[in-house]
Amino acid sequence: MAIVSIENVKITGLAACVPQFEYNNNDYDLIPPAERTLLINTIGVEKRRMAGSKITASDMCQKAAEKLFSDMNINPAEIDLVIFVSQSRDYILPCTAIVLQHKMGIPITSLAFDVPLGCSGYVYGLYIMGSMIEKGQLKKGLLLVGDISTMSTSYLDPSTFPLFGDSGTATILEYSPNAEPVYFNLQSDGAGWEAISIPEGGTRNFPKEDSFILKEIMPGIKRNRFQLHLSGIDVFNFSLREVAPNIKVLLADISKEANDFDFYLFHQANKLMNETIRKKLKLAPEKVPYTLQKYGNTSCASIPLTMVSEIRNELQEKNLSLILSGFGVGLSWGSVAIKTDKIVCPEVIEYPNLGDKTPIFKITDK
Amino acid sequence: MNIEEFIKKIEAEFSDMEQGILQSDSIFREVMNWNSINALILIALVDTEYDVILTADDLRASSTINDLFNLVQSRIS
Repeated sequence: MAIVSIENVKITGLAACVPQFEYNNNDYDLIPPAERTLLINTIGVEKRRMAGSKITASDMCQKAAEKLFSDMNINPAEIDLVIFVSQSRDYILPCTAIVLQHKMGIPITSLAFDVPLGCSGYVYGLYIMGSMIEKGQLKKGLLLVGDISTMSTSYLDPSTFPLFGDSGTATILEYSPNAEPVYFNLQSDGAGWEAISIPEGGTRNFPKEDSFILKEIMPGIKRNRFQLHLSGIDVFNFSLREVAPNIKVLLADISKEANDFDFYLFHQANKLMNETIRKKLKLAPEKVPYTLQKYGNTSCASIPLTMVSEIRNELQEKNLSLILSGFGVGLSWGSVAIKTDKIVCPEVIEYPNLGDKTPIFKITDK
Repeated sequence: MNIEEFIKKIEAEFSDMEQGILQSDSIFREVMNWNSINALILIALVDTEYDVILTADDLRASSTINDLFNLVQSRIS
């Protein structure tokens, strides 16, 4: 059982960036108005931000990191470790973290690499970086977590198109001998790998000429083989089955009660799913912040983005006990019990529209 | 748990549905304006109320409200 802990590590700064371009799901004319309203109310996503073709996840992460460097007076030379958690990397190779290291003036004596996880990525990222820092040989890490999921959804697929938004975040983790231990429960289940997947473009199914051709997958759903496939019911079943027990096991292991925590930050999957999980854990609504309504499902960025957007004042002014829980693509899921101690947390940054007036979905699908 | 209570809970959850329209032998896909969103709402309801998780296969194998009721009842621990 992957219940693990790290010591001597604390979060000192957190920032999040979203693209300026906003898409309102009320404009999604592929489905009739009545059904559109039911969809928006059920998934909880009304507006979301889209990066278009000119802004990458790494651009937004970089902007968030540079804001932290300036607010915290961090010199890039202090950074020992850069990890970029993302499923939308700049290039097939090399790792985007290494490209970013150079762009941000972080010294070549640092480690830099990518972790291609999605919904669970922030929790895993904290564990990976925390484990590398806790011995004190590396002192300061930059954890960049972000995705551009709208790039891989088909406008003609209502099972994915209305769900996702784009965002990039940055977290500073530091070695700190006085920090409280951080506890994780991390899990994976490859039996469900197909439930959320992009079938072609990797080495298992090499890109071919017809990979870009839109095909009717089932009535009302058209996409190509580079676009995201999501089995709604299977993912729903998985999340209802696994997330609450994962958190309960973690709490039992560290002898805590659900009420010992100030906030529960869940991956922003969809409202129906998150609310069902909240009720299973008997959590009061005020303990469970949401950003689904304004930013949609922002993949690995959803937990840090929700922290910045919804509990920024508390993070800056108070000491908090938090549960963060990410779950989805992989299948991969995990929770962490972490205490924060007055961290630097500037408000959500907007990445200016770079003159890309036509969001990418119109180019590829219409 | 009995089927009347089961039906009441479904009718309350699907607010656009008239009270009393669901019968135990109703074909739920026909009466409930069935779509993938409604499937998720039903799964969430059954999970919250009865702690039973209905899968896509369960839904495919069921046709009437009574089929669903029997399935849920057989899994209540």
